[in-house]
Amino acid sequence: MGQILTLAFLFSALRLSTPLLLAALGGLYSERGGVINIALEALLLAGAFTAAVVTHFAGNPWLGLLAAIAAGAAVALVHGIACIRFRADQVVSGTAINIVFLGLPQLLAGAFFASTGATPQLPKGQLLPNAPIVLAFALVPVTWYVLNRTRFGLRLRAVGENPEAADTAGLDVARVRYAGVVLSGVLAAIGGAYLSIGQASLFTRNMSAGRGFIALAALIFGKWRPVQTMLACLLFGAADALSIQMQGVSRIPVQFIQLIPYVLTLVVLAGFIGQSRAPRALGIPYVKK
Amino acid sequence: MKAPALRQLLFPLAAVLAAFAAGALLVLAVGDRPLITYSLLLGSAATWPDGIGYTLFYATPLIFTGLAVAVAFRCGLLNIGAEGQLCVAAFVTAWAGITFAALPSLALVPLCCLAAILSGGVWGAIPGVLKARFGAHEVITTIMLNFVAVALASYFTQYHYKPVGDPILETVPIGEGAHIARLGRFVPGFPERLPTNVAFFLALLACVLVYLFLWRTRFGYAIRATGASPAAAQYGGISTGRQIVLAMALSGGLAGMVAINEVLGYRYRYYDSFSAGYGFTGIAVALLGRNHPLGVVLASLLFGALLRGGLFVDIFTEHVSKDLVMVLQGLIILFVAAEALFRGRLRRRAVR
Amino acid sequence: MLELRGISKRFGDVLANDGVTLAVEPGTIHAIVGENGAGKSTAMRIAYGFYTPDAGDIVIDGAPRRLASPHDAIALGVGMVHQHFMLVEPMTVAENIVLGIEPGSPWQIDLAGAAARIRALSQELGLEIDPLARVEQLSVGQQQRVELLKALYRQARLLILDEPTAVLSPQAVGELFAILRQMRAQGKTVVIVTHKLSEVLAISDQVTVMRDGRVVGQRQTAETSAAELARLMVGRDVLLRVEKPPAHPGEPVLALHDVSLADAAGHQRLSAVSFEVRAGEIVGVAGIEGNGQTELVEVVAGLAGDDRLAGTILLAGSDVTYLSVRARRHRGVGHVPEDRHRRGLLLDFDLAENSILGADDRPPVAVGPAYAWLDREAIRVRGERLLADYDVRPADLSLPARSLSGGNQQKLVLGRELAPSPRLLLVAQPTRGVDIGGIEFIHRRLVELRDKGCAILLVSSELEEVTALADRLLVLRGGRIVGEVDPRQASAEEIGLLMTGGAAA
Repeated sequence: MGQILTLAFLFSALRLSTPLLLAALGGLYSERGGVINIALEALLLAGAFTAAVVTHFAGNPWLGLLAAIAAGAAVALVHGIACIRFRADQVVSGTAINIVFLGLPQLLAGAFFASTGATPQLPKGQLLPNAPIVLAFALVPVTWYVLNRTRFGLRLRAVGENPEAADTAGLDVARVRYAGVVLSGVLAAIGGAYLSIGQASLFTRNMSAGRGFIALAALIFGKWRPVQTMLACLLFGAADALSIQMQGVSRIPVQFIQLIPYVLTLVVLAGFIGQSRAPRALGIPYVKK
Repeated sequence: MKAPALRQLLFPLAAVLAAFAAGALLVLAVGDRPLITYSLLLGSAATWPDGIGYTLFYATPLIFTGLAVAVAFRCGLLNIGAEGQLCVAAFVTAWAGITFAALPSLALVPLCCLAAILSGGVWGAIPGVLKARFGAHEVITTIMLNFVAVALASYFTQYHYKPVGDPILETVPIGEGAHIARLGRFVPGFPERLPTNVAFFLALLACVLVYLFLWRTRFGYAIRATGASPAAAQYGGISTGRQIVLAMALSGGLAGMVAINEVLGYRYRYYDSFSAGYGFTGIAVALLGRNHPLGVVLASLLFGALLRGGLFVDIFTEHVSKDLVMVLQGLIILFVAAEALFRGRLRRRAVR
Repeated sequence: MLELRGISKRFGDVLANDGVTLAVEPGTIHAIVGENGAGKSTAMRIAYGFYTPDAGDIVIDGAPRRLASPHDAIALGVGMVHQHFMLVEPMTVAENIVLGIEPGSPWQIDLAGAAARIRALSQELGLEIDPLARVEQLSVGQQQRVELLKALYRQARLLILDEPTAVLSPQAVGELFAILRQMRAQGKTVVIVTHKLSEVLAISDQVTVMRDGRVVGQRQTAETSAAELARLMVGRDVLLRVEKPPAHPGEPVLALHDVSLADAAGHQRLSAVSFEVRAGEIVGVAGIEGNGQTELVEVVAGLAGDDRLAGTILLAGSDVTYLSVRARRHRGVGHVPEDRHRRGLLLDFDLAENSILGADDRPPVAVGPAYAWLDREAIRVRGERLLADYDVRPADLSLPARSLSGGNQQKLVLGRELAPSPRLLLVAQPTRGVDIGGIEFIHRRLVELRDKGCAILLVSSELEEVTALADRLLVLRGGRIVGEVDPRQASAEEIGLLMTGGAAA
């Protein structure tokens, strides 16, 4: 086991945790405000695809990143409008958006590049540096601070726990919730952009590969708190790094290591490792009585 | 009594039209003509025998998964795990078909069907138990179990049942005694090369049985009461925990029946990632079909036609690919979910 | 300070406020009384800007005001403490209080400054609230004080309290009243909405009486009496009396021995409760809401968690303590629950399907092998008889239960539970939200059932109702039975004293 814990392994774990962490922190803003966001998978894909396409045409990864942020915000806004304005079931809306994004990037890639879902390879000079790693981990204390010390954070927690109380205190519940949902799109899209124009050099079909759901798992595992969520992402990222490193080397089937995040989350949900309490108004549309 | 029935149809129809309209914009945006695209998409499903045959073939798994989601939904549960349930079932069914290949068809087919239903049912019951016993939300647990299911099936396939030297992740074929009849064998003028098989009739039968179970038996009453109001159900003496486990097991069993169509009727083996997202499309089917068996059949036919037509869109349009079908599915769910969008006017008037 | 002039408000078919006109003098405590559904809360929510009136004027400090939201009311110095607290439980007291008007910059709320101000406010009134405590760790009484502080922090000069004593222990009621008097001494105006006359007389300077959405009288408290207020509230001279022959109790049907129950948080809800109910008698349970009545009924019905239960419950001599709801129903237990919307009905199901709830697993409803099949014809016949016998209107089995009025919903539940002639009937709040005609109908049915030999356990927060119906009356306080009285002999004061533990109120 000694050679596993090398510096290279640690860095690989950090790299692999980054998109998870960005998506999970995004999910945290949405869910602490009371809107379930299982569309993180779609948001990652939206960010990844947009970043790859815009970088290809503009030749600048930062423009790609900006476009990804805009795309993520827009997709999240659709989820927000469905859930907040039209009081759709939040899980159903998120599922719908996930399904749209199982097709949309391929549809567009087919039209733009006559490919079956991939975007053209980008030259090395047009890739993002490791800045998103720093950003993701810096966002953990920032998120803690925002939640606990700023006006927005206080209001976000209030609408997620007891929107009626927030309403009687004179807050615009819908507006605060929209802000949380859109932020989730922004952060998850940065995670997605890092996947396509940071870790890889192009967008490929379904390249998020369930990371949005693992991020969701990390969020629950981390009890909707920034630091715990980060630790969960690190754990899941390390599992991912391990499964890559063990490929072909060890006799333990790769599938078992890939299962770690899911099984751990199931164990937590079953209450074997402490209860995870969700924001009280999570998933409930606010209707003034 | 006529008006409510009409309205039941009206909203799903509006959602489909809205989704098609949004899809048309997308088609325009990528540089194709919406009318041509849609006529390919829907028209190619109506040809005899290929169009209709494939539409029914694609509709079959969707009826099963749509029923699965609907049954769970009637109990107040959102089963996002049909994908995992049908995956486990498909592998176990293939395993049964391989292991007991020596058995005569008369024993092997029922055995394999039973394997499909039971394994899907058990996999579905797990989130039911987690919810009933520990209060774990079924949406999250079913998502997690989907990944676990796929990984387990892929592990067993890769390490224990893969033909030597096969580059594709699939099992060895099942015994011939486990094959079920294709329609071509007894429908005149219907070629046997089409994969449409008797599982389609099984799906229709399942619809009837689910209807009778939910609305004509006390067990179905208990499940629906639990979904409508757990507190009232408990008050009436219904054990809601048991209903949750039962509904999820049934749901999983129905999802598992997809294996009958895919493994026993079409591919004759387990094949990694064989499911074209049937479990997820089942959510769209159930929602569009208003969680009613009859609605499920109608919605399945629509989505089956789309899946069939998607191939033609791929080939015969310049830019649009079959991925449009996925996008349309998602949009339909979104519009059904945001039903208030169409209801908004009515409701606002009612409040005043 | 506050005037309402001709305020009207309609919710669907219900005219909740019908030309309400009232005036609250500055520096006074003003009570608004009326029965449940008289429109008190609606009027006050309009004054707080939570609802906009369909017609009429709100006058604050002499000028007509338009209140688009509570925000506008708050700006004019109006504060409100809702019956259900509007607090975010996992947040601290200070965070709750500053929510919406956070001091400091958007990037850094001045929580320390806020805490200091809250501490000062709290000390001024002797509230003893720690601004850094989490709300979920506070008692109900303390949470109410947080609500008071929330309004005062917003510099409310007029405070509206909606049913503030419903959730309080008698001791806490006394403390609350002391606080309110002190606030009056500081020049604030207080409006207290209640349906308890003793409280009106104890605390208020003026009183406005409402009935059926209208103001039916305004009095100086010193110049009125409980009798006059009661007459105004109910609209007739005497409180309700039920014609009933004396009871002929038979064998004990229900017996509780030292039954105790803790809630999920570990709080003791019932402590060593023991009593009997005999065939052919109605045993009433009186008490202030939240003193264990709900739990008592649920324990006997089988709806309380087994693991938090101690003691024995005997039904006709056999131990049923840990039997399921279903098994108890099979042994002849009927149950009219206190919350018919949550427990008693499947609101989206039709009346036919509602009529079989609880009887859905045995003949005549369920037939065939394993009683698997529901016999639709039997259900229809049974259902139509039920609707006719209990005068449920409209008598259409295909309607969803949601579409019935409250009174008809209650008659449906009552009919369903009474028709099979249960051996033991548990009835909680049988006439809540039911009109006068319906009340009399329901009372008559209960007495008839008693005379057929049913043992009835009746819980109601309406003291008049329990004293009128019960043959024996138990008083529950803090989850304990603190006394048994003969309802024909005991005075309301005597019972009230038991209910409140003799403290002020």
